[in-house]
This record gives sequence, structure tokens and C-alpha cells, in this order.
Amino acid sequence: MVESNLINSYLGNANSSGLKSWIFSTDHKRIGLLYLYCMMAFFIVAMLLGVLMRLELLQPGEQFISAKTYNQTFTLHGVIMIFLFIVPGIPAAIGNFVLPLQLGAEDVAFPRLNLLSWWIYIFGAILALTSLFGGGGFADTGWTFYAPYSINTDTNVSLAVLAAFVLGFSSILTGINFITTIHRLRAKGMGFFRMPLFVWGLYATGWIQIIATPVVGITLLLIFLERTLGLGFFDPTMGGDPVLYQHLFWIYSHPVVYVMILPAMGVISEILPAFARRTIFGYKAIAMSSMAIAIVGYLVWGHHMFTVGMSDTARWIFSLLTFLVAVPTGIKVFNWVATLYKGSIQLAAPMLLALLFIFEFSIGGLTGLVNGALSTDIHIHDTSFIVGHFHYTIFGGAGIGLMAAMHYWFPKIFGRMYSEKSAKTAIGLIFVGFNTLYFPMLIMGILGMPRRYHDYLPEYQPYHMVSTIGSWILVLGITIMIWNLVRSARKGEPAPDNPWGATTLEWKTPSPPPQLNFDYTPEVQTGPYDFSEILSKDANKKKQ
Amino acid sequence: MSQNTVANKTKVEHSVHRDDIGAKTGMWLFLFTELLLFVGLILVYVVFRANYSHEFHEAAGHLNVKIGVINTLILVTSSLTIVISLAKMQRGNVETASDYLWITIGIGALFLMNKFVEWFEKISHDYYPGSAYLKTLPNGESIFYSLYYSLTGLHALHVIIGMTIMAFIIKQISDGKITPDNHVKLENNALYWHLVDVIWIILLPLFYLTN
Repeated sequence: MVESNLINSYLGNANSSGLKSWIFSTDHKRIGLLYLYCMMAFFIVAMLLGVLMRLELLQPGEQFISAKTYNQTFTLHGVIMIFLFIVPGIPAAIGNFVLPLQLGAEDVAFPRLNLLSWWIYIFGAILALTSLFGGGGFADTGWTFYAPYSINTDTNVSLAVLAAFVLGFSSILTGINFITTIHRLRAKGMGFFRMPLFVWGLYATGWIQIIATPVVGITLLLIFLERTLGLGFFDPTMGGDPVLYQHLFWIYSHPVVYVMILPAMGVISEILPAFARRTIFGYKAIAMSSMAIAIVGYLVWGHHMFTVGMSDTARWIFSLLTFLVAVPTGIKVFNWVATLYKGSIQLAAPMLLALLFIFEFSIGGLTGLVNGALSTDIHIHDTSFIVGHFHYTIFGGAGIGLMAAMHYWFPKIFGRMYSEKSAKTAIGLIFVGFNTLYFPMLIMGILGMPRRYHDYLPEYQPYHMVSTIGSWILVLGITIMIWNLVRSARKGEPAPDNPWGATTLEWKTPSPPPQLNFDYTPEVQTGPYDFSEILSKDANKKKQ
Repeated sequence: MSQNTVANKTKVEHSVHRDDIGAKTGMWLFLFTELLLFVGLILVYVVFRANYSHEFHEAAGHLNVKIGVINTLILVTSSLTIVISLAKMQRGNVETASDYLWITIGIGALFLMNKFVEWFEKISHDYYPGSAYLKTLPNGESIFYSLYYSLTGLHALHVIIGMTIMAFIIKQISDGKITPDNHVKLENNALYWHLVDVIWIILLPLFYLTN
């Protein structure tokens, strides 16, 4: 049964398994995997760059890379991690695979556009890589490309911003595709409030992609034109305004952190009910809070710029809105914890990762409030506190969320199980390594360690050393996790259709799914997290 | 069980899924995001207009209002012809629909020609970013011309894209892929062309009527 599933599935038999059948496939499942493999490759490269920076910072003074190389390293680390890994991230890889399945659809609304998005993504990646070897080397501006330095530096900023523009275009097309899919292709009986919460997360994400991305697109294009034609918008010597660039940049780049985190929150909302055998607490509150984050998140960009000399009125309004945007996140966290209350909890790997998400992301969220408050922000602005906070939210949130999604849907994607023991070992190492790496950054930052410095005063050395050791533990954990997943994708035990006892539609089709997802036409009669049947099955098993 | 499922289809046939409302939904979302692309630049305009209102007033005086107004009339006419094309298609008049698309492309080309003539005339008088002459003027005027070229340039790019899509649509009409029963692509093309039109109507007062 299971072996025949593998042959008839989208993974294909002999005549549909060549490279061409993948890179020109319009099957959302194959496109999802294409994204996943590329993203993983980029992630590993950027992770190694991160390790390199930590090694350089092990001791004060120059160890083995110069200040300029260090600047280029953190820029490359940021550009790859942001534009090539975490922004496409969960939506493009996991969302592509899971969204139509959860809706009971055969594919996304525009399958060919979906393939085009992937090709645009690859084109953007090639542009970014080309800029590594072009004149002047890779940009040394940081991933934010702040003017006027990004206009004056002789490194290859032009190609890098062009790459980011192209990648943004890919992201917009994915957003349009997903929103249309959600509006048009829900199974019969699935109203908006019967959609799984992961779908709600993708829906809110899609809107942010459509609304915010074009603004940064045009902004980065302007940097390109400034460098080639000298328009003067951001150049003070020509009457331009560098602060205007920062505004335009953050109008997009703050909402985009919600592009990274909202789908991850959706993943967590799927995993918790499945492993607590309880319907989610506060379904509507979680769904609506995603939309609230998307809307309010658009209006808080100024909190990146409290020190540039905005008016006091603007500063306190931005600060107030920043505190407001924390409320829907708080709503989610409380609902998640309430879901666990009196649940029948199984601590399997996806569940452990979901709990890890809640823990790390809570630290990230609370340190975010420290940044959002006007007085404390002046103290910690541009210190490694920001770096710590950012990694707690994006790595601890979106990154761990992606890991959780990969473990949760792994049996569905490959039709095989991973080794639970190796998974748990990896998660343990990641938990220890993560906090050892990033918590010292928070402390150092408060003590005054600036960010983006390749050298520092000796008094910070103990913190840097602990942090660097943490990076080794973290990398070990990630290596074990990747090894476990890669190996199990080919050699793991065959997986049943519904290994976790979850209730959403993707678990009601074979693992891996057939080419057109379902052998029947799915219909929906109740909400997505009703465990009554699963629980009675569990009870029957116990009796036997 | 929460999501009861009904097994009523034993074998799923692979058919190309057709959903006209879906296609239009996607197009409207795309238009929205296109509009925001321009909004980003218009935001830059608004900020500098506030900072340099006097210089903008001066610089706008050098633009030819007549050319701007004529181009507006040209573009609005082309919006009319593409709607006629769609109406003809809906009434089953495939040949005429195709002809009106050709006319629309022609009018679009007329618009671009007018635009290029205007640009070259300006450039030959040393009005372009970084030119020696503009550097002698106050900063605000130079920024005005930077904005003028980037916004009208971005708009011209969209005109070219719209015309290219029309050429593809004409090809598909002659191949019989777009028919009176299945013309959502033509309709989306018309939507896109209207966006190009609407954006120009925003740009006209921003540059030509500021004086």
C-alpha cells in the first residue's frame, strides 16, 4: 500500500523524475520542494558566514579577516538570510506545498505564475551571486543599503540592490497567487472561518507582500539609479535627503518581518492542537490577530529611526503603535498556552519545536518592546542588543517555525518518517546553542557593545567568547537536524497517511499525495480542529 | 471528524482549471501592487515638493503644458479603443476586436513618440540629472527634473509593457485561443491599460500643472 503510494505520488515514477520534470513543473508540490532545496543551500552558506563572523569576534583585534571583509561578510549574511532565505521562507516552500492541500484544491490558482515566481527567484539569486565577483566585491553597506554610503561606496551595490528588487517581484507574485487561491479554491463548505490557521497566516502574509514590497522595490531601484544617473534624491550635496531613504526602506522592511513571522505563527497554530489533541483555543482571535498584525505592522516603521532626528510627535506616535502591534502577538501566545491547558500532550519533535518557538519568540517579542520604548531605545540603538533581539524573533521565531513545519509535514512531503531520536538530539543542541549564542548579545548590547564592529574593547571578551562557543553548538545541532531529514527522506520508515492524528485536509490523502492531491472531492462540514473522531480512535486503540 | 469527506469522484481527470473571476482577482491585486510602486515614487515627490515648493514651481514652468495635455487626450482615447475592442469581442466580432487592438497599439506608440520628442528636446537644452546647466540652478529644480524623468520613465516603461501584451493578445486571437467565450486575457489587458492611463492622469498635474 505504502510503496504503491510512493510510485503514484507527485514524487513520480521513472518517466517523470528527470531534472526537467522538476524545474519546469507547475505542480505546487514540486515547486515547493524546489524552493525548499534552494533555500536550504543558501541558508547553509549564510550560516557559515555567521560562524566566520563569530570566529573573528572570539578575541579583540583583527584575527583573520579585515574590517572591510567583515563588513562585506555581514552584508552578505544579511542579504542571503533575508532576501534569499527567510522572506521566501515558509510561504514559498512549505506554503506552496501545504496551502492547496489544506484547502482541498488541486493546485494554486495560477500554477504557471507559480513556476515563474521560482524562476524569478533563481534569477535574483544569480544576480546576487554575480555581484560577489563584479568590480569592487560584494556590497559592504549592511543589508539595509543605507544612503548616502550605499551611493558612494565602490563595492558592487548596484547589482545587489537589483537582485533584491527582482527577488521582491518574485515575492509579490507568490502573494497574489496565494490570495487568489484562498479566495477561489476553498473546498466546498470551507468558509473563511473554517480555514486552517496556517492558511490565515499565509493570507495575511500575502497582503503584506502585495502592499509593502513594491515600495521597497522602487526604493532599491532608486539606489541603483542614484549610482548610475545621479538623481540626487538621497544625496544631501544635491539637495536630497538620506533620512527619506530610511523612511522608504522601513515602510517595507518593517512589514516584511511580519511576512517572515506570520506564516511561522500559522505553523505553530497547526502543531499545537494536533499534539495536544484539543481544538485550538480562540480560533477567531488568532485568525483576526494575524490580520491585525498585518495592518498595524504597516504603520510602525519609524521605530527603526528614533535616533535620526524625527519630530517628538512622530516619535511618540510610532512608539505607541509599536506597543499596539505587540497586543495581537500577545493574544496569540495566550491562546496557544490555553490550547495546551488540559490537553493530552505528546512531546514529539514538531511539538518540541513549537514550544521552543514560543519560548524564544517571547524573548524576542519582549526585547522588542525595549526597542520600542523611546528612552531605552536611545541607549541600545545600534548595539548588539538589536542583533540579539532580531535573531530571537527571526531565527527563534521564523527559523524555528520553519524547522517545526519541516518536521510536522515531513511524512506528508516524502511519505517517510524521520528518526525521532536524532530529531530530539538536534532540538536539544539547538536550544542550548541558540541561547548561548544570542543571549550574551543582549547583555553586551546593554553594556554598550556596538553592532557591526569587527573589533571591540577587551572588557566585552567573555561575552563574545560564550557567544562564539554557542555558535558551534548551534551549528552542530542544525547539522544533525539536516542530516537526519536528508537521510530519512530516502531511507526513513514509510509513513502512514496521518501519523500525528491531525484533522486538517492534507492528512486525509495519501503520503506522499497523488499528483492531483486528492482521489476524491473534499468537502468540509465543521471547523478545522475537531478531534472527536481522532480521540475515539485513540480510545479504541487503548482498549485493544 | 471535523472535515467530513465525500468520496464521489473515483478518478480525477486532469483538466486545465478555468476560473475567470480568479484571473480577474489576480489582475486587480497586481494592479494594486503596481499602483503602490508608483506611490513610493510619488511619496518622494510629495516630500520634495513640500521642501522645495518654490523651486518646483519655477522648474515646472519649463515644461510644455500643451504637449502634456495632448498626451493625456491621446492616452484617454486609447483607453476608449481598447474598451471597444473588448466590447466587439464580447459581441462575437473577433476580427474587429483585433483591429481595435492594433489601433490601441498605434495610439500608444503616438504617445511614446510625443514623450520621446519632449525628453530629447529637454535633454538638448541641458535639462537632465547631473547636467552642467542644472547644477547652476537651485537644488530643488534639479530634483524636480530627476523626479520628472524617473516617474515619466517608469510610466513609459509600463506603456511599452502594455503594448507588448497587446501584441501577444492579438497573436492569441488569431490562433483562436482567445474567443468570445473565453476572453478574460483581453479583459485583463484592458484593465492593465486603464491603470497606465490612470497613472498618467495623476502625473499630469504633478508635473505640468504645477506652475
